[in-house]
Amino acid sequence: MSRRIAAAGSVGLCGLGCLFALAYLLSGPGSITFTLPFGLPGTPIVLALDGLSGFFLLLLMAVGLATSAAVLDDSGNCEATAPFFPALLGAMVLTLLAGDVFVLALGLALMSLAAFALVLTCHEEPEVREAALLYIGMAILGTVCLVLAGAQLASSAGWDWRFAAIRAHPPEGWRAGLVLALALVGAGSKAGLAPLHVWLPPAHAAAPAPVAALMSGAMTKVALYVLVRLLFDLCGPAQPGWWGVPLLMLGAGGAVLGALRANTEGDIKAALACSTVGNMGLIVVGLGLALAARGADLSTLASLALGGALLHALAHGLFKSLLFLGAGAVQHAAGSRRLDRLGGLIQCMPVTTACVLAGAASLAALPPSPGFAGVWTLFQAVLGGPRIGGFGLQMLLVLVAGLMALAIALGAAAAVRLVGVAFLGRPRLPRAAAAEEAGRPMRMALIGLASVSTLVGVFPGAVLVLVGPALRRLLTTDLTNRAGLLSVVPQNNLRGYSAIGIAVLLGLSAALVVLLVRQRATPGHRVGPAWDCGFRAPPAWLPFGDPLTQYGGASFAQPLRRLLGTALLAASERVDTPAPGEVRPAHITVEMRDPAERGLFQPVAAVRARLSAFAEIIQALTLHRALALMFAALVLFLAVVALMEPF
Amino acid sequence: MTVLLGLASLVVHVALMLTLAPVLVGCIRWMKARLMGRVGPSIMQPWRDLLRLTRKLPVLAENASWLFRAAPAAAFAAMVAAAALVPGFALGMTTAPLADLLVIVGLLALARCTLALAGLDTGTAFGGIGACREMSFAAFAEPAMLLIIFALALLAGSTNIDAIALVVREGGVGSRISLGFALVAIVAVGIAENGRSPVDNPAAQLELTMVREVMTLEYSARHLALIEWTAALKLLLWMTLIATLFMPFGMAAPESGPLVWLLALPIWWLKLAVLAAMLALFESTIAEMRVFRVPEFLGMAVLLGLLAVVFLFVSQGFV
Repeated sequence: MSRRIAAAGSVGLCGLGCLFALAYLLSGPGSITFTLPFGLPGTPIVLALDGLSGFFLLLLMAVGLATSAAVLDDSGNCEATAPFFPALLGAMVLTLLAGDVFVLALGLALMSLAAFALVLTCHEEPEVREAALLYIGMAILGTVCLVLAGAQLASSAGWDWRFAAIRAHPPEGWRAGLVLALALVGAGSKAGLAPLHVWLPPAHAAAPAPVAALMSGAMTKVALYVLVRLLFDLCGPAQPGWWGVPLLMLGAGGAVLGALRANTEGDIKAALACSTVGNMGLIVVGLGLALAARGADLSTLASLALGGALLHALAHGLFKSLLFLGAGAVQHAAGSRRLDRLGGLIQCMPVTTACVLAGAASLAALPPSPGFAGVWTLFQAVLGGPRIGGFGLQMLLVLVAGLMALAIALGAAAAVRLVGVAFLGRPRLPRAAAAEEAGRPMRMALIGLASVSTLVGVFPGAVLVLVGPALRRLLTTDLTNRAGLLSVVPQNNLRGYSAIGIAVLLGLSAALVVLLVRQRATPGHRVGPAWDCGFRAPPAWLPFGDPLTQYGGASFAQPLRRLLGTALLAASERVDTPAPGEVRPAHITVEMRDPAERGLFQPVAAVRARLSAFAEIIQALTLHRALALMFAALVLFLAVVALMEPF
Repeated sequence: MTVLLGLASLVVHVALMLTLAPVLVGCIRWMKARLMGRVGPSIMQPWRDLLRLTRKLPVLAENASWLFRAAPAAAFAAMVAAAALVPGFALGMTTAPLADLLVIVGLLALARCTLALAGLDTGTAFGGIGACREMSFAAFAEPAMLLIIFALALLAGSTNIDAIALVVREGGVGSRISLGFALVAIVAVGIAENGRSPVDNPAAQLELTMVREVMTLEYSARHLALIEWTAALKLLLWMTLIATLFMPFGMAAPESGPLVWLLALPIWWLKLAVLAAMLALFESTIAEMRVFRVPEFLGMAVLLGLLAVVFLFVSQGFV
């Protein structure tokens, strides 16, 4: 019951929030700041709304509307932790509306705590508990780094925590570099930027589907908002261009790694979460390019790059939440989210499949979807990047362009794999064949997201107009002459991408095909068993055929696993063949390791384990040793006080 | 008046692309047969095959879904849309403002993903192997294609095909060398994308060549006719793209009338004939490649694309 009230309330408030954000972005009254009468002693709370927070607010409210409608559905098993859902939405809104560092930190902390509670919904399973523990550890690290970054910024401004004061005193020299590093670690880890992304796939896979949709679709974007706010706005417009280089490198690497892992995961939600890591990499490439272009005073290129990054952020928020909600519907209907237990769902869940196809087309960046519009704009920015100058940066941009193309093609392979193995083909278990269509609220959420997604894809220029206030605020140039309802062009007097034109062309071609077929071909068809090169029918005890004779998730990924996975993911296959004469079956075991886990997390975890083992000695001290320790501590403190005396 | 001319050239272009595609496949088969010492089928045989297939009644598998029935039409529509964007004999068609290279790559990816999904639909092992190999090869072909587009965009300042063709026509020596690298790279990518030797044999379905032909193994009659037409159209589209981007001489300028088209059409056909002869010669002299060697082949294309871009940076002193 509380779940229905919480969900219905969230749906209503998110709908109102959507309309409010749209009205604010279109009418453009400029930045609004209001100070509340309470807060820290001496500093009241300041809330602010400007073009950047308005755009991310629109994205958050749209995703929140759809996911709240999904929570209303009776399938998400969110009963126990349902009240935390509006708490998470509220914390994210608070983060977006922050006007000083205190509110920002408070919002981020509340967001992490609410998400932690929601991830633990199915806490009976040990993997869920491990994933939640890893998540909260990374979230604490991220929040601490961001608080330190905010403190560094405030100290440059004479310990005034408000954003307006910080903007007036931007940091310089090593202080600015420290803020960059802390912002990358803090906001980057929350957004899933490589190599701090290891927490993301387990946490998003463990959470219930509507929660995972909100986390992947909106929470990562809130972290991106914090990154943009810190690097573009609060540090001032005069930062050097080399700030873009670490973002370009980390973004391109993360894009390829995320897309490759999305191909090799056997669980739908883990694969979608890895794909989120990949798309965050692409968006961060756009941010890095905008920073580099701003440093070289090329504001048209910088606005194109930042506009493309924000457009792709909106597109990703929409299609990723659509795909996660579809995965949730499948998990409820077919009883599993593992690819080797699904199949043939297009026959029993037609509406869900159609909506998931729309989301998957966007994941694969196929025209005229919104994913393609975002990717096109980012590519145009990268292709215009060599104007910034410097041979090193130009070579980096060529490398980044190649890696982006690889990431997008791997994303297309992952999309075909997920849709083809889970929804098409023959059911691999009878439970999958007995799946039923999703309930009404979930269907409404899926259809709503698919239609908004299609609309954004066919009119990407409209989204770039909505991004205008943010661009004017951060870069002083926006895309007004280059992005209109009909097309998006990278520079004036050039031709660009007209999504509505391509959609009309596709429609006319489809009409031509239908005309040709109707006119010439024999109508109707006959139904028979699949040809399959003449293989005989399966035995009677396998009503849907042998599941092993159908390509599954692991087999579909085999070429990519062998070609790219051995290098990047340390993939290894071990085949255990029986000796001649034995009757047991052969076994193949595939092992893969994320390089960030191997290179970063395991050493850190090993150091932590050694330190805590060392510190545990204190728990087992004898009486003599404990007294000696206390005496030594007292002597040490007195010595420190004596030494500090002259100062 | 210019709008009417642009529309007329577009209609003529699309009609020619649709009718010439099976003729091109027939020509290549005839040339390969002659090179092997056989008489070979007539060049109109693919057309006769298509018409024969349309007369038959399709047999669908029992568990085929609506996606299986719709996929050939969807892939063909995407290919026709891409063919309408690539100019063959006349620049300045009505679709010239839409003809962005990245959009064309996206439309080809749309056709490929639709057919891959259709391959997975009936749940046979053959469809699966074809779909997974197709998507894996595309993962390596896309970076090479993007580096070629990077080189062309650096030269022309835009990714629009008409703009690139106009700039390549009056390029200097430095750009000619990097265009040479890019030409070899795009030929390699074209061979991989169209499933020609040494990547895939379009005439057989043996283990070494299980990519495109087996992805569509379950199709028959009019669906198979559409798929074969799509494959032929894709080959014609790639050859026309290579001819327009790297050999843009002899194309009718924008806003020129039907008389100039009558001069430009034979030049276009001559370019296609030369490219087809080179493809037939190449296919007859080279053996099929192991599947896991294909990324090395495409890696060569990536390196050549990279060389083309770096050469442009160095030679034009890009600021």
